[in-house]
Amino acid sequence: MKIAVCVKEVPDTTAEKRIDPGTGRLVRDEGDRMLNEFDKYAVEEAVRLKEAGAADEVILISLGPEKAVESLRQALAMGADSLVLVSDPAAAGSDYLGTANALAKVLDDSGAELVLLGSEATDARSGVMAAALGEVSGRAWVTAANSLAVSGGSVTVDRQSDDGVDTVELPLPAVVSVTKAINEPRYPSLKGIMGAKKKPQEVKSLADAGIDASKVGEAGAGTKVLSVETPPARQAGQVVKDEGNGAQQILDFLIEKKIV
Amino acid sequence: MPGILVVAEPQGSGFRRVGLEILSKARELKDSTGGPLAAYVGGSGVADQAAQLGAYGAEKVFVADHEALGSGLAAPHVDVLAQLQAENDFSAILFGGTSQGRDTAAALAARLGAGLNSDSTDLAPGGSGLQATRPAFGGQNLVQSTWTGGPQIALVRPNSFQASESGGSAEVVAVTPAISDDALRAKVTARKPAEEGKISLEEASIIVSGGRGLGAPENFAVVEALAASLGAAVGASRAAVDAGWYPHPNQVGQTGKTVSPNLYIACGISGAVQHKVGMQTSDVIVAINKDEEAPIFQFADFGVVGDLFEIVPQLTELINQRKG
Ligand SMILES: Cc1cc2nc3c(=O)[nH]c(=O)nc-3n(C[C@H](O)[C@H](O)[C@H](O)COP(=O)(O)OP(=O)(O)OC[C@H]3O[C@@H](n4cnc5c(N)ncnc54)[C@H](O)[C@@H]3O)c2cc1C
Repeated sequence: MKIAVCVKEVPDTTAEKRIDPGTGRLVRDEGDRMLNEFDKYAVEEAVRLKEAGAADEVILISLGPEKAVESLRQALAMGADSLVLVSDPAAAGSDYLGTANALAKVLDDSGAELVLLGSEATDARSGVMAAALGEVSGRAWVTAANSLAVSGGSVTVDRQSDDGVDTVELPLPAVVSVTKAINEPRYPSLKGIMGAKKKPQEVKSLADAGIDASKVGEAGAGTKVLSVETPPARQAGQVVKDEGNGAQQILDFLIEKKIV
Repeated sequence: MPGILVVAEPQGSGFRRVGLEILSKARELKDSTGGPLAAYVGGSGVADQAAQLGAYGAEKVFVADHEALGSGLAAPHVDVLAQLQAENDFSAILFGGTSQGRDTAAALAARLGAGLNSDSTDLAPGGSGLQATRPAFGGQNLVQSTWTGGPQIALVRPNSFQASESGGSAEVVAVTPAISDDALRAKVTARKPAEEGKISLEEASIIVSGGRGLGAPENFAVVEALAASLGAAVGASRAAVDAGWYPHPNQVGQTGKTVSPNLYIACGISGAVQHKVGMQTSDVIVAINKDEEAPIFQFADFGVVGDLFEIVPQLTELINQRKG
């Protein structure tokens, strides 16, 4: 079985100033860039399935700027076998649907039966890609897997729902997003890091990948940024030392704010 | 029929509050979209509660009752909503940002080829209908976003609006759900509900969080007691989660949940930037920390420098007394 893991390079969201107010797009060329933290759990799960003999190949699929290869190599260092990165100026500004359309095309051509994603990306934080990709690619899908097992032609997951944990079974081919509870991602070994550079890393344009340019990028986007504001940062409020009445002071504050 | 459709998730014999919050807001917005204010209720055995939504401003409630709609999985709802959209041509479809809401909104938008503004904290009339406010990077930026076409699909962050009754009544329309085999491929084979009375972090209007300052897993009891007195959910810093003191779904921050409660009480949390980006859009932040230099005091509305093991139990006691 072949597993595809969708991965994304993200900016360090804890740094300041991340959206260009002129274009309304993420600023792509400053600060630290990294593999999305949530994706590491999906990569780890795929590599474990391969190590356990349940899969024979783990491929990485991504949409992003060409330079993203450097961040995504970390997933190769963790044990994935190869990377396909779709990179094209015409894909810039893709929304959730453009991204899902592009990833779905690469997936269809990859022959992957199981597709894993992180639960969200630390930059956009929408957490909608697995559902959109499941829909666009016509595969069965489930989100928020706390655990995952593959047997025969189906996948069984423990899904974190709003009300508890459900056991969900779905047939392959399937799209599954995983939560942080699923595993503890490994740190790449030195050998893994060295080996990663030699693994296949293909950068494809939209044309190379056979992706319809009208379905991605700004052309395919269903939303449009009107403006970006930077609200004033939160200010320090009142800070008191506890002299035995700290709790009372908090209560008084909450009463004043009409919270209790 | 143009107009707004609000997806209200049933919960027990009522509804998740976020659906009522969105309906309350949609009452103000419907003048700019035209059409009656409609709601969708999908579930298993939910027909009786649908009429309740009239009190929050729904004029028409579409109810779909089917076993598969009560499974907690989104795909069957996507079929029903796509069917409703084909018949009614709503100009906007609004979902609460719950796990089921997110899944349903994303798959529905993808099926309809529609734009999706997720994690919206405000909605206003604008352009050809609505415009959405979305915080980016943990609230460092506020993005005003609109749609390039219809239907305008949005996910709304819980606690963005006040739920308020308007005293109306709704026409309830029963929908015969046509659910495809594809939507039934994923099946729930067992369910393990969370503990009774546990409130999910994203929906909670008050959150009490604990960090490394708690020192040991059993000390979370102190935080849980305060949370219980306030009817609050319990959050945790990554340090506490990584140490195995509290479960992953309760982590707040860059690699945990983003929350916007009315009140966030941080106990023994230093306020690292990765924690801050997950909670700085809270209305009111209270911090208890023994280190007066802790960064959390730079953005808390009220801070007490002191030992949480003294202050938190006292506060719990005071709040319980006040409740009588
Ligand atoms: C990529 C990345 C992602 C991250 N994501 C997250 C995230 O999602 N969420 C998150 O929270 N962190 C995240 N972090 C970690 C973050 O940087 C901090 O390490 C973490 O938030 C610290 O947790 P803490 O405040 O509980 O612990 P500490 O920083 O150790 O603070 C403990 C605090 O408790 C106080 N204290 C101790 N004893 C007492 C007492 N008896 N009474 C009162 N106060 C006391 C101390 O003064 C101290 O301020 C991330 C880091 C990285 C690198």
